[in-house]
Amino acid sequence: MNETPVPHGLAADVSDVPDGLDARIDRWRAGLLERPGVDATDVDELEDHLRGHLDALTRVGLTEDEALLVAIQRVGRQDAIAAGLAREHAGRLWRQHVPDAAPDEPRTGLVGMLVFAVLAGLAVKVPAGFLMEGGVDQVVLGRAATATILCGAAILAGYLAWRSRRPAPAALVGFGVLLAVLAGVLLGYPFVPPFSTQLLSLLHAPIVIAVALGVAYLGRDWRQLDRWMDYLRFLGELAIYYVLIALGGGVLLGLGAASFFAVGVDPEPLFEWVLPLGVGGAVVVAAWLVESKQSVVENMAPVLSLVFTPLFTLLLVSFLGVLAVSGPIAEADRSPLIIIDLVLVVVLALHVFSVSARPAGTPPGWFDRLQLLLLVVAIAVDVVVLVAMAGRIAEYGSSPNKVAALGENLVLLVNLVWAAGLSIGFLRGRRPFADLERWQCRYLPVIGVWALVVVAILPPVFAFG
Amino acid sequence: MPAPVSKDLVAASAAPLVLGILAEGENYGYAILQRIAELSGGRLDWSEGLLYPLLHRLERLGQVEASWGHGASGRRRKYYRLTDRGRTALADHRHAWQAVDATLRTLWADLRSTIEPQPAGI
Repeated sequence: MNETPVPHGLAADVSDVPDGLDARIDRWRAGLLERPGVDATDVDELEDHLRGHLDALTRVGLTEDEALLVAIQRVGRQDAIAAGLAREHAGRLWRQHVPDAAPDEPRTGLVGMLVFAVLAGLAVKVPAGFLMEGGVDQVVLGRAATATILCGAAILAGYLAWRSRRPAPAALVGFGVLLAVLAGVLLGYPFVPPFSTQLLSLLHAPIVIAVALGVAYLGRDWRQLDRWMDYLRFLGELAIYYVLIALGGGVLLGLGAASFFAVGVDPEPLFEWVLPLGVGGAVVVAAWLVESKQSVVENMAPVLSLVFTPLFTLLLVSFLGVLAVSGPIAEADRSPLIIIDLVLVVVLALHVFSVSARPAGTPPGWFDRLQLLLLVVAIAVDVVVLVAMAGRIAEYGSSPNKVAALGENLVLLVNLVWAAGLSIGFLRGRRPFADLERWQCRYLPVIGVWALVVVAILPPVFAFG
Repeated sequence: MPAPVSKDLVAASAAPLVLGILAEGENYGYAILQRIAELSGGRLDWSEGLLYPLLHRLERLGQVEASWGHGASGRRRKYYRLTDRGRTALADHRHAWQAVDATLRTLWADLRSTIEPQPAGI
């Protein structure tokens, strides 16, 4: 083993010749660089620090060897430094939930994930099964949807808490209480035809849950505002993975049904079992993929925001153009207004996603200006829609749908205007980019509370109609 | 020789110290620590590498801004400057620490006779 060939007739005791100082500093650099959350500029900065010590120590008479030992000692333990840097630059390894100690790393076990995925699938399958038997009655439908939403939420919270290893028991109890309240509202309210408020409650309950689930995701860090940005990233990437799985699943089901049909077998069981189990289970699978295959989406996220920001800006601009030509939408039907509302929600989601995917520490650039343009155009569209809605309410009176839509538009407008203001401040160099991130984190509770108002307060106001 | 300052206290005073030193002028990591050692007479024992996560946090919060330059030896070096926001933060830190200091001083003055350690025989 020590018979390695010695080139150029060098002395055989080559291993006794100490490496040069630079070589040993390079090794120290490499050791630091391979730790997660550390990048090359950090290492440059720390090397400057190390060499500062070396200069001072050799000046007072230490040999290079001694000086290097002392200097490395003074700079400190690499794992502690890397953990500190990783915590600071959460974006570099945001999915490594708690970077400072190995036992706290999130679980990525396949078996555990599959158990939760099957449970989530059953949360969809079992209520859907009751629907098949009982016939479609509005009361049964409401109960089945409620069961799916609440059981799904509990299972997902359970999965996230299991995964994070550091659940916050008090916060989880709070989440449980919230689910109980939602159950009380959705099952206990005496909804009557035309069931608009029931539908609104069912549609808004998942929004309340999505905001509150952050508590399960973040575990004991849930009080730290900055950590909520990680949760927003998680939600965005969860959505991407879910859509990808849904597309693949659609192809699978379509081909499966076609081939069953081709050999004369009824493909019904495919839709009775695979579809509902897949719809539910895919949520947990997507959550697992976000955590265990992070690098895939990490590379995709900036590209996606880069592609879709200009496209959505164009869409909104052309919508404004159409309005300018065809006149106000006050007389228009309400369904276009709801569609525009949805577009605005997607635009806000795109903005938040772009904010979360932006590489930290880079100076303002053209893409940040494009983001601002998207915000400004979205604000213009939102104002137009708000005016049209206010007109409809003044003319035809209020209804649960209109009040919910109006509120949604106001919630969106406040967020967009403030984000645009912060974005201008950032472009002018007056604010750090972190202000935009923090604004979106701070705004999450506003969205959650508004959704809760629609779920719980709107129905009694409109006599459960 | 008095006992070294506890880790918690060092951590709590880290941000105001760094902001205060940068209020004296632009500076870089190694020299900031030299300055802290000089000011404290070596009694604030920093785990030096942990200065950098702190500097990066202050940068992210917009309290300091950074740029790369070159030191006297030609090495690449990252320099930090205080921003207006950092000045505001420093003033806030100062008020907080003055409140703590004033409270403790009053207490020490009242207790002077009882807390001074009695010379102990060997």
